[in-house]
Amino acid sequence: MPVDIDIAHVARLARLRLSRDELALYGKQCRELLTHVARIQGVDTEGVEPTSHPLPMTNRFREDQVTPDTVLDRDEVLDQAPSVSGEFFRVPPALESS
Amino acid sequence: MNREAVIGLETHVELSTRSKMFCGCPARFDASPNTNVCPVCLGLPGALPVPNREAINRIMLIGLALDCSITPRPIFHRKNYFYADLPKNYQISQFDLPVCVNGYLDVGGDHGGRVRIERVHQEEDTGKSTHVGGDGRITAADFSLLDFNRSGVPLVEIVTRPDIRSAAQARAYAQELRLLVEALGVSDARLEEGSIRFDANVSVRSGPEAPLGTKVEVKNMNSFRSLERAVAYEIHRQTARLATGERIIMETRHWDEEVGVTRGGRVKEGSSDYRYFPDPDLVPLEIDQAWTEEIAARLPELPAQRRSRYEGLGVDPAQAASLAGAGAPLRKLFEEAIEAGAAPVQAGNWVTGEVVATLRRTGQGAGDISLTGKQLAELLSMIGRSAVSASAAREVLAGVMSGEGDPEKVAASRDLLQISDTSVLETALANVIDAHPTEFARLRNGEKKLIGFFVGRVMRETRGKADPKLASRLIRDRAGL
Amino acid sequence: MGSFSIIAAGRELREGTTTSVRLAEQVLERSAMVEAQVHAYLTLDSDGLIKAAHEADQALAAGDDRGPLHGIPIALKDNMVTRGMETTAGSRLLAGYIPPYDATVVTRLRRSGALIVGKTNLDEFAMGSSTENSAFGPTRNPWNTDRVPGGSSGGSAAAVAARMAFGALGSDTGGSIRQPASLCGVVGCKPTYGAVSRYGLIAFASSLDQIGPLTHTVEDAALLLDAISGHDPLDATSYPGQMAPSRSRLGRGLDGVRVGVVPDMGGAEGVAPDVEASFTGMVAAMEQAGAELVEVSLPTTSEGLSSYYLIAPAECSANLARFDGVRYGYRVDGATTEEMMSASRAEGFGPEVTRRVLLGTFALSAGYHEAFYGQAQKVRTLIRQDFARAYRRCDVLVSPTSPTTAFLLGDRTSDPLSMYVSDVCTIPSNLAGHPSISVPVGTDRNDLPIGFQVMAPALREPIMFQVAEAVETLAGFDTTVPFDSGVGLRGGVR
Repeated sequence: MPVDIDIAHVARLARLRLSRDELALYGKQCRELLTHVARIQGVDTEGVEPTSHPLPMTNRFREDQVTPDTVLDRDEVLDQAPSVSGEFFRVPPALESS
Repeated sequence: MNREAVIGLETHVELSTRSKMFCGCPARFDASPNTNVCPVCLGLPGALPVPNREAINRIMLIGLALDCSITPRPIFHRKNYFYADLPKNYQISQFDLPVCVNGYLDVGGDHGGRVRIERVHQEEDTGKSTHVGGDGRITAADFSLLDFNRSGVPLVEIVTRPDIRSAAQARAYAQELRLLVEALGVSDARLEEGSIRFDANVSVRSGPEAPLGTKVEVKNMNSFRSLERAVAYEIHRQTARLATGERIIMETRHWDEEVGVTRGGRVKEGSSDYRYFPDPDLVPLEIDQAWTEEIAARLPELPAQRRSRYEGLGVDPAQAASLAGAGAPLRKLFEEAIEAGAAPVQAGNWVTGEVVATLRRTGQGAGDISLTGKQLAELLSMIGRSAVSASAAREVLAGVMSGEGDPEKVAASRDLLQISDTSVLETALANVIDAHPTEFARLRNGEKKLIGFFVGRVMRETRGKADPKLASRLIRDRAGL
Repeated sequence: MGSFSIIAAGRELREGTTTSVRLAEQVLERSAMVEAQVHAYLTLDSDGLIKAAHEADQALAAGDDRGPLHGIPIALKDNMVTRGMETTAGSRLLAGYIPPYDATVVTRLRRSGALIVGKTNLDEFAMGSSTENSAFGPTRNPWNTDRVPGGSSGGSAAAVAARMAFGALGSDTGGSIRQPASLCGVVGCKPTYGAVSRYGLIAFASSLDQIGPLTHTVEDAALLLDAISGHDPLDATSYPGQMAPSRSRLGRGLDGVRVGVVPDMGGAEGVAPDVEASFTGMVAAMEQAGAELVEVSLPTTSEGLSSYYLIAPAECSANLARFDGVRYGYRVDGATTEEMMSASRAEGFGPEVTRRVLLGTFALSAGYHEAFYGQAQKVRTLIRQDFARAYRRCDVLVSPTSPTTAFLLGDRTSDPLSMYVSDVCTIPSNLAGHPSISVPVGTDRNDLPIGFQVMAPALREPIMFQVAEAVETLAGFDTTVPFDSGVGLRGGVR
C-alpha cells in the first residue's frame, strides 16, 4: 500500500532544516518504510485495547517534598549551554524582527 | 442582525505545592534565575518525570469543587511543540482522559449564571522567556533570555464550555473562579504574579441559534479589568469585521493593555499539530472511590456557600458578596467579630468600609492587619452604648490598628471617651446658658434652630466629648420644648 | 568457558592471587593492543580506572567488601549519563557534553564497588544494528574486523569480547544488547521492562528501552543484573516489587523444563543455514538433557517488526525533541529560535536518527495517527496475548538471536530495511516487556559466533538464567576471541 507523506511538512514539524535533495531522499526512504510497515493495517484489531505500556502498573508517585540534593548548580548547568547571558540561557528571538 | 458573542475561558492555575510537578525542585520561581532546576525540569538527557501526588490531590479538589466527575483512569500525554522555554519540546499534559470532566460553576451577581466546565486537566508550566531589545515586544526582540525556575511547576487548566455571552460575564466568571481556587487553598491565585492566568476563546455568530463563528484565542490579560476590556474589544473587532463582510481568521491574538487592542501574531497558524500520545515515561493514574472521598472530605466552605450563609445572617446580598470575596484576613476579622457578639450588618459595614479605608490610608495590606475580631466587636459595642461617638470611633480604630492597644485603652489615652454623664453635661449646659442669655431666651420662644447652636457650645465646653444626642435632649428639656 | 569472568576474577581477588589494580592493568593492556582496530570505546578513563582500582584494593584490604563486583572493571554504553565524564550517545550533537549527574545504574555500579573503564561506542542514540551509525566512527567485530559487531551496543559487546572489560552495560530497545552479543560471541541479556531503572539512560523509545548486562558467562550476567536492578523512585516505570535473585535457579539443569521452540521468531525469513543448523542442534541437545519440547506459535509476532518501526520512531521523535541547541549540545546559529533549532538538529543528527525522527513525527501526525501509531499499539497488545497463550504451555521460549552472523561493514547501510530485519527475532520481547538473553553456542562456516535466544515471561529471570546456563554448558563455547598476541584479529588486521 503506497503511503502519501508530505516530507517537507513533517520536517518542519520535527524542526529539521533539510535541503531539497535531503528531503527527496528521506521522503523516498520514509515512503518505502511506511509502505512496508503499513501491512499492520491489515491486522484485525477490532475491540483490541492499545498497549502504551508493557507493565500493568498504575499510581506511581513521589510525595510533595523538595529534594535539595537533586537541584543543580547554576554554573555547572550554564557551562554546558551553547550561549548564555549572565544568569540566563540565551537564544535568538522567537520571531524574526521586522 | 442580532449578533451574539460566544466565549469560552481557559484558566491556568499554578498550584502552590512545595515541589514541582515531576521533580523535587522547589515550586518557587521568584528565586535567582536558573537556581531551582534539576535534570528533570531542565529536560537534560536521561531524566525522567515522577508525578507529585499532592498535585493530583489538588486537581481533584478543584474538580470536586466544580462538581466535576473524576475520571477513574486518567493518563498523561505528551503535547509536542517546539518552544525555547519548553525544555523537552513537549509538555506533559492530558488529552482525552483528563482527571476531571463535566462540571459547572454558578456565578452570582448581575452578570451571573451557570458556566459549564468541560474539563480540568493537569500539566506542567514552562520556563520564562524575556525578550530583549526592539521595543520589548515579542515580535521585535533581538534575543531572548531563558529562566527555567518556573519550568515544571504544576499547572491545572480549567476549560469552560462556550457558555459565556459577554465581556462582563467573562469577568464575573473569572472572579468567581479565582475566589473558588483561593478558598480551596491550592494556589496563590494572584493574577499580577501570573499564578492564575485567563485566556479567552471569542467568536461572534449571526444569532443565538446560528452555527458558531470562527474562534479567536485572546491571551496576555493580567487583570480582571484587562480581561473584560480585551474580550469587549475582540467582540467589537469581530462584529465590525463581520458587518463589512470580512472573514474572521482563526488565530491567537495578544492583548495590548496600553493601546487597548488585541494584536495577531505573525506565526503561521494552522501549522500546529501537537501529536498527542500517551507519555511512555508515566503509567496511568487509578482513582478509586476511597481516594475521591478522602479528597471530598478536604473541601472547605466554598464562596457561594459562604455568601448564602452571610445573607442568612441578615447581610444584604451585595455586602455578602463583598465580604465573601474579601481576602481571608478580612473574612476572619468579620467572622470573629460576629462570634464576639457584634451585629453582622454593622460588623460587615465596618470591615468593608472603615477597616479597608484605614488599611489603604496607612498603605498596609490585608495580610498586615493587626485588628482582632474581638477588638472590633468591643469598638462596636462602645458605639452602641455611646461610649464613643461615631467619628471618635474611627480615630479609635486607627489607634487600635496602629498597635496602640484595645479600643477602651485607645479611647481613654486619646481622650475620646464620650461624656454621657447627665450631671456633667448639666453643669456644662448651665455655663453655656449663663454665657448666652439672649440666645437662650430666643430658644425658649420657640426658635428651634438654636438647638444646634447650644449643642455646639456644649461640645466646645466639653472639648468635643459630649454625647451630642444626650446634650440635645438636655437642652430641649431646659428650654421646655 | 574461558577463565575470563567476573566470578573468576572476584575469587582471585579474595584469594589474593590478583589485585584490582592488576585487573585494571590487564584491561588497559588489552586496549593498548586491540582498541586501535576495534574502536570499542568513545571514552577510556585510564587514570580514573587505576585510581579507583587502588581504592578498591585498599577497601578490600580494610575488610570493606562491596560484593561480587568489587574491584571489577566494567564498561558503560555511552548513552548512560556519567557525572563529569563526557556522554555523547554516539551523536555529534552531544560531542563534549558533560552531564551534571549520574544515571541510577552508574550510582548502583559505583556503590557495588565496580570500576568504570569508560564509555563504549554505539549507533547514534542507540538507533541501529551495526554501530556504523556512530558519529565517531564504527566499532569493529573483534572476531573479524572486516565485520560489524552488531548494534546498537556494539561497543559494549566488542569491549567484552576483546576483554577490554570484564562486563559491560548496554541498552536494548529492539535487540540492541542481544544482537551484538550474538555477533560478538558473548552473553547479553535484556531484563524485564522495569527491572532496571532508566533514569539517566538517554531515551530512544521509552516503552521499550531496558538496560542490561553483556558478559562472558551467564552467571556473570545474572550477578551484574542483580547489582543494577531493583526499584528506583526516580523512574515511574520501574518495577516496585521485589525481584527474585537472578541466580536463584542456576545449576538446576533442564530436567522437566518445558521449552517452547520458535524457529521462525518474528516471522524471520532468511535465517542463515548455519544459524538454523546450530539452533536445531541445540534444541535437540536440550531435549537430550531432559527438556520437554513444546511446539508453540506466535502468529502476530510476524507483525512485530512493523509495529516496532512505528512505535519506536514515534517515541523517539518526542524523546529527541529536547536536543535543540538551547541548553546543551551542538548549536548552529540562526535569525530566529526556530531557524537555530532546525539547523542545529539537522546538522547534529546523523541520517538514521533523522530518518526515524521523520518517520515517528509522521506516524503521530494529524490524519495518520490512528492508522499508524494507534494500530501499532493495538498490534502490540495482540503480540503480548500471543506470548501469554504460549507461556500457558511452556516455561521458556527459544529462538535464534539473529537470523545471521556478523555481516560486513557497509553491507546494509544503504538499505534501511535490510538493517532493520537484523532485529526480527529480538523485537517481540521488547514489545511484550519480557526478559530475554542471548547465549553464544557456536560458530558458522566463517568462524563467526552464533547466538541462541532464551525468552521468559515478565519477572521470570531466574528460570531464563537457569535455561541459559544449561545451554551455555551444552554448547561448551569458548568465548575467547581467537587472537594471536593481539595482531591476529582475523580479516581486518594489516
